[in-house]
Amino acid sequence: MKGRECAGTYLGIRPVALSMLQFRCNAQIGTGLRPRPGSPAMNTPHGPVARSHLLSKSRVQRSVMKKLSLLLCVLLGSVLPGWTQQPGSGSVPAPTACCDAIEQHMKAMEDRIILLEGQVRLLKQQLAQAQSAPSSLPPSQAQATGAAPTGETTATAAAAGVSGGQAVVTGEAGAQLPNYGGGGAAAAKALNPDISAIGDFIGAAGHYPTPPGSLIRQAGFKSLNMYESEVGIQAIIDPYARGDFFIDFGESGVDLEEGYITFTALPGGFVARVGKMLEAFGKVNTMHNHVLPWVDRPLVSENLTGGDDGLDDTGVSIQRILPAPKGIFLEAIGQVFRGDTGEQTFFLANGATTQQTVFTATNKSDVSTTEHLRAYRDITESTNLDLGLSYARGHNELGSGFLTQLYGMDATLRWKPLRRSIYHSFIGRTEAIWSQRQQPRVLPFPLSTISAPGEQRSFGMYASGDYQFARRWFLGGRYDYSQRARDDRQLDRGAAATLTYWPSEFSQIRGEYRFTRYAEGINANELLMQVQFSLGAHGAHPF
Amino acid sequence: MEHFQVRLRGPLALAVLIFAAAAFPDRCAAKKLNVVTSTTDMAALAEEVGGDKINVEALARGYQDPHFVEAKPSFLLKLKNADLLISVGLQLEIGWLPPLITQSGNPRIQVSAPGYLDASQFAEILDIPSGQITRAMGDVHPLGNPHYWLDPDNGRRIARGIAQKLGEMDTADSQYFQQRFQDFDKRLTAAEKTWDAQMAPYRGRKLVTYHTSWSNFAKHFGLRIMGFIEPRPGIPPTPAHTLEIIQLMKREDIKVVVVEPYFDLKTPNSIGSATGAKVIVLLPSVGGEKEVTDYFKLFDYDINLLIQAFRATQ
Repeated sequence: MKGRECAGTYLGIRPVALSMLQFRCNAQIGTGLRPRPGSPAMNTPHGPVARSHLLSKSRVQRSVMKKLSLLLCVLLGSVLPGWTQQPGSGSVPAPTACCDAIEQHMKAMEDRIILLEGQVRLLKQQLAQAQSAPSSLPPSQAQATGAAPTGETTATAAAAGVSGGQAVVTGEAGAQLPNYGGGGAAAAKALNPDISAIGDFIGAAGHYPTPPGSLIRQAGFKSLNMYESEVGIQAIIDPYARGDFFIDFGESGVDLEEGYITFTALPGGFVARVGKMLEAFGKVNTMHNHVLPWVDRPLVSENLTGGDDGLDDTGVSIQRILPAPKGIFLEAIGQVFRGDTGEQTFFLANGATTQQTVFTATNKSDVSTTEHLRAYRDITESTNLDLGLSYARGHNELGSGFLTQLYGMDATLRWKPLRRSIYHSFIGRTEAIWSQRQQPRVLPFPLSTISAPGEQRSFGMYASGDYQFARRWFLGGRYDYSQRARDDRQLDRGAAATLTYWPSEFSQIRGEYRFTRYAEGINANELLMQVQFSLGAHGAHPF
Repeated sequence: MEHFQVRLRGPLALAVLIFAAAAFPDRCAAKKLNVVTSTTDMAALAEEVGGDKINVEALARGYQDPHFVEAKPSFLLKLKNADLLISVGLQLEIGWLPPLITQSGNPRIQVSAPGYLDASQFAEILDIPSGQITRAMGDVHPLGNPHYWLDPDNGRRIARGIAQKLGEMDTADSQYFQQRFQDFDKRLTAAEKTWDAQMAPYRGRKLVTYHTSWSNFAKHFGLRIMGFIEPRPGIPPTPAHTLEIIQLMKREDIKVVVVEPYFDLKTPNSIGSATGAKVIVLLPSVGGEKEVTDYFKLFDYDINLLIQAFRATQ
């Protein structure tokens, strides 16, 4: 092989002496490096993919071999001074040479070893990915280029096409590598997505009678609930996208909470998502249960936006950061969904229950849309303000002729002194939602117990504050006020206080006392206890 | 309300809004490379080699715990226009950087793109755990100790890597970056000689530190870290463990306790008063104090404080 000869002669070492070692190095390390700029191979008349493919095989191996061989040469040099001669620097320092030279030499060696260690670390990842990736798939995965070892990368860094081409090279070269003992299992693991599970246990005490016409709040907490187990499966799919799945296991059923692909490399600064996702309506609706600052959700979520599961539908989302005056972050999100979401169970007067939704698509054309505009600004380095406007529109379960429109405003004020960021913080939130729901002038009997005739214009809001007073302790309060979407004459009000303790970042114990005065004149006092725990690598949630 | 409804009717209005926004280029065609780094140390090193041919900005502040940075949207404004993102890697930023990268809408800095540089590949990494890792060990970093920049030799290696990367992204100035690196290398070697000489009398001294931030620093300067105030990485001190540390310090005659600027001083101070040890706040990062503005001053500051503490507890 040309590469091997080249490295051998370059070092002035007998090829025989090194061939065994070189073969190993070649096999282990000869992947994933990029060609040097200006190399003649760059001009071969192949497509970009094929070209870089050809390149890396020889170049890559040669360059890494050069490094390893140099290292070996130095090592051998100290044992067998006669066999080698130093490239570049002339001769090997004799034992009598001055200490400085030796020291310098040692340092250079150490640097090279460390650089090689770093490359080996990255190449191991690549190797793992390449081995477990079927060769037909675009194999460049997550950390593939963190990998780009600096020594030998191309100059034209910007072009995405180039990186794609190199990715293919990495994969194929990797696929040809022998599988060294034990590496296979680790390799297969490395390509696994990040898998996590979050358990959410809720205990409830206190009760209130459920009168006809009211919805069962929070689908009714029983005394002890393994309320939700959320499994997250997340990975980078290819250089252009990542995928996220969040699957909710209740005690008896499974539900796809979210499952979507995010295209991260679109031109023009756009980010797009396709799949099932929480709709970008306000703040609380986008939060998974385990990141809520409370055990339950505010009354306004219950009454106007579909309760516990919230607005969560299948569709397409596109977002972009908009130009704004300096220091202001402005982002717009536009989403189109099938129009089926916000399912809740209601009690009817005759004792039966009924499933009702926020949006229902009776026809294929009954799609719903959600738009969100967000403005954010750092006030100081420790304080910031986040404002949002939301709008959602869809058809309700009464048929294609009946629209439901939702308008929302949200504001979040955060304070976190950076020097003591792990000890103290405050978050104040408020959200106001208006619902405009068309209903027929005449409603059949059981349904008429939960709905009023004609268009209902309901308003609801919450305001809350959470203060972290020690590294592991949080105290919070919330005020609730909300009319009901199906009958705007009915108004529920409530308040809640929470105390949260974090044994570590991965578990959380929370107590909540809540008082609710329902429209029917019923007062409810409840005590909720929650234990949450997290296993595995759960990706960070959006701010 | 009606007005609002009309203005934001359907996705069409938004699509128009977005495309209108896209039509106005919000990124001026500056010739300088925009470099964004996760921490101030990487920014300081990038600045050393990049000089006035690049714009550098760090996301986290030097006095902030780099494990727990909030992924603020204002960071997205910086990432959106970045040509190169330099991260510390080894999962230091796992809690906040990945979602920022995803949301930035910037294909150049995605993890698999050429504009993403994980600086850990250049450095000597210590404390790589062997065997099974579980969270019972606390917030352990499975890829090794991410506080590797606190060894000036690693600083040199990282700077060399960054210079190389910058040269690849901006070929016209690659000579310039190399030259800047050579110059940095010279100054760093000279400074290292001074630091080594200053610390020479204290080689082999024993320390207790709050978090495991100081492995590379201790290795370079021949210090021995005997224990941590955190019972496990990322787990706040417990009374039982604090007692153990006090006993350990008495037994081993450890006289210096090192704390990072973002940790509470209550437990370290009580340990200090129980053992007669000196508690000092050393900076793990550039910008931890106002006067620590570059990589050299970081070591000047820390070494100066350490030497004072060693002298005071002779």
